[in-house]
Amino acid sequence: MAKADMLGESLWDAYSNKVTTLMNNPQHQGEIFEADAESRGNKLIVADFGAESCGDAVRLYWEIDPETDKIVDSKFKSFGCGTAIASSDVMTELCIGKTVQEAVKITNIDVEFALRDDPDTPAVPPQKMHCSVMAYDVIKKAAGLYMGVDADSFEEEIIVCECARVSLTTLKEVIKLNDLKTVEEITDYTKAGGFCKSCIKPGGHEAMDYYLVDILADTRKEMDEEKMRAAADASLAGNANFTEMTLVQQIKAVDAIIDENIRQFLVMDGGDMEIIDIKANDPFIDIYIRYLGACSGCASSATGTLYAIESTLKEKLSDKIRVLPI
Amino acid sequence: MQVYLDNNATTMCDPKVVEAMLPFFSEQYGNPNSLHKFGSSTHPALMNAINQTYKALGASDNDDIVFTSCATESNNWVLQSVWIDHIVNGEKNHILTTEVEHPSVLSTCKFLEEQGVKVTYLPVNEEGVVEVHTVKSFITDKTALVSVMWASNETGMINPIKEIGEICKEKGVLFHTDGVQAVGKIPVNLQDVHVDFLSFSAHKFHGPKGIGGLYIKDSQPLSPLLHGGDQMGGRRSGTLNVPYIIGMGKALELATENIEEKMASIRAKRDRLEDAILELNDTFTVGNRDNRTPNTILVSIKGVEGEGMLWDLNNGEIGASTGSACASEDLEANSVMLAIGADNELAHTGIRLSLSRFTTDAEIDYAIAHFKKAVERLRGISSSFAKQAPTKGGEVQECELHHHHH
Repeated sequence: MAKADMLGESLWDAYSNKVTTLMNNPQHQGEIFEADAESRGNKLIVADFGAESCGDAVRLYWEIDPETDKIVDSKFKSFGCGTAIASSDVMTELCIGKTVQEAVKITNIDVEFALRDDPDTPAVPPQKMHCSVMAYDVIKKAAGLYMGVDADSFEEEIIVCECARVSLTTLKEVIKLNDLKTVEEITDYTKAGGFCKSCIKPGGHEAMDYYLVDILADTRKEMDEEKMRAAADASLAGNANFTEMTLVQQIKAVDAIIDENIRQFLVMDGGDMEIIDIKANDPFIDIYIRYLGACSGCASSATGTLYAIESTLKEKLSDKIRVLPI
Repeated sequence: MQVYLDNNATTMCDPKVVEAMLPFFSEQYGNPNSLHKFGSSTHPALMNAINQTYKALGASDNDDIVFTSCATESNNWVLQSVWIDHIVNGEKNHILTTEVEHPSVLSTCKFLEEQGVKVTYLPVNEEGVVEVHTVKSFITDKTALVSVMWASNETGMINPIKEIGEICKEKGVLFHTDGVQAVGKIPVNLQDVHVDFLSFSAHKFHGPKGIGGLYIKDSQPLSPLLHGGDQMGGRRSGTLNVPYIIGMGKALELATENIEEKMASIRAKRDRLEDAILELNDTFTVGNRDNRTPNTILVSIKGVEGEGMLWDLNNGEIGASTGSACASEDLEANSVMLAIGADNELAHTGIRLSLSRFTTDAEIDYAIAHFKKAVERLRGISSSFAKQAPTKGGEVQECELHHHHH
C-alpha cells in the first residue's frame, strides 16, 4: 500500500483506447452462414466455448479455403464484458489470412498484446486478463473441429496460469532453480498468478486443475526429498559434506566422532556427554551438548575438555562447528 | 440527459440538507464539548437533530442513538462488541447472520471466525428473503446475536424483521439489523418491532456521506469501539461532527415525513421502468414488488453480460450498478446474486436500478429508451442470441460457479 493505492483505480480507466473502441464498435462481430460459405466453395467451422452461466461464452466462425487451409473470413459472437468483446474482435482479426495451422499458435498473450495502445502498457487491468483466455481456447476448438482432432492435442504442456500461459514444467523448474518459497516469489519470477488470480488457490472465479499453492508445496517436498536422497547417497559413498547432511545424519556423524575420539576419556573420569541439538547459525553450525556425571561439575568442561571436543569435531567434520555446553 | 439510477449506492445530498449544514462549517464552528459560548451555541441545533432522529425512527427516550461515521462502523461496532461483551468471557460463542449481508457484516463475521467465534450464514429463498423458520431453527443456547439486514441493497427485498425480532426476544438473543437500505425508504418504527441494534447511514437518504448512526435499545451496555474523550456519554469518543449530525437529522426528517406518499410516487416510476424492461423478451426481475423497497429493481437480461450493459448505459450517461463478477475487482461473482442463484445467469447478467425521490418521469422515459437500445446492441453481439446453431461439436463447457463457503 502506498499513496497511489489509497483510491482504487476505476476499472474502465485501465482499459486501453483500443479496448474501448472495439467494445463500442466491434469490427468482426456477426455470423457466417453455411450456405454462403458453400457458395464460395469454402468450408464453415463454428466453434463455441464457455457458457453464459460461467460468465463468458464465445462463438467463433471460420470460413476456410479447403485447398489452402487458409481462413478467408472470420466472425464472432460473444457473451461477455468489454474485455471479452474486444478480445474476441482482435482474435478474429488475427485469424483472418492465416492458415488453420498458423492460427492455432495464437495465444491470449498475442491477443492482449494486440489490444495495447503502446507496447509497454497492458491493455486491461490484471483481473480482466482472464477474459482474453477465451479467445485462445475457442481457436483451439475451431482448429480441432477443422482438423478432426481433439482441441487438447494442440496443448503439449499442462498450462497452470492461463492468463500468463505458464506451464507446470516451467513452474517446477523455476521453483527448484531459484529455491522459491512463496507464491509471491513465483509471480515475480514467472507472472503466473499475477492476473486473474484464479490459479493461486481454490475458491477463485474459475475452478482449475492445478493451483500454485499445491505446486509450490509439492515441489518443495520433492526438493527436500531430493536433498535427503543426495545426502544419503553421499554418506553411503563416504564423501558426505557435513554442512549438507540432514539433521539426523549430522547427529549420527557427531556421535560417531565423539564415540571414537572423546567418550572413552570422559568415561574414564566418571563422566559423559550427550548431544542436545544441532542448529545452523550462519556462518556457524552450533552443536549443543550437555555434560553428564562427573563432567557436569568439572572445571575443565568449559575450557580444556570443551576445546578438545570442538577442535576434534572441527577437524573431522567441519571448521564451521561451534560446541556450546548448556 | 444524465440519469442517476444508483441510489442504493449513494444519493444526492438534498439542497435543503446542505442549507441546514452550511452555518455549522464557518459560522457556528465551536466544539460542542467546550464550556464557552462558541461551543454551547451549537447545542440547540444538535438537540434538534437528535430529536429529528429519534422521531424519524420511533425511538423512545430510554434508547440511545449514537452518531457514528457510517453504517459500516455501526455494524462493526455491534458485532465486535457483542464478541467482546458476550463471547470472549461468556458462555456463548455463536452469531447467526445471512449469506446476503453487506460486506461490513460478512467481513466482520469472517474476522470474528478467525478469533474462534462460530458463525452461521443462513441461506435465503429465491426471492432473496430470509425465512423466519430458518432463523428460528438455527438459534441455539450458544447464540449471542442474530444479525439480519432489514432490506437488501442488491434486490431491495425486505426481510421479516418483526417476526425475527419476536423470536429473538422470546429466546433471549440479541437482535441487530442493518437498516441502511430501509431507513428513509420504507417506514421504520422501532415502537412496532423488537430490535436491539439498528445501523443506518445518512448518504442513503439524501444526507451527507461520512455520518451514520447506531440505535441501541434501552441504553443497554455495549463496549465502545472508539475510546477517548467520553463524547456521547462515552459510547463513542471523538469530537461530534456537528454539521453532519445536523444534516442527517434534517435528511431523516425530509425522508420520513409523508413517507407513504413519497414511496407511492417512487414506486410508480419504478414500476413503469420495470414494466418497460419486462416487455423485452427473456428478461426477469427478482422478487415480488410489494415486498421490495419501492425504489429498487434487480433485472436479468438474457444474453447480456452485466458489465457490458453497464458500459452501454454509461455511454448513454445512465449510472446503474451490477453484481456481475466481471465488473468487480476480485472476479468472484456477487454473493447475493449467487445466494438467490436458482439461475447462475443472474450472477453475470444482473443489473441493479435504484431510484430516488429526485428521479423524474422524463429521466425514466430516457432510461427506458436507452436501456432498450443497449439491450438490442449487446444482444446483436451476443453468442446466445446468434441465429445459426454451431455445425458440430458446439457443446457447452461445464463450469462451476464458486459460492462463498462460510
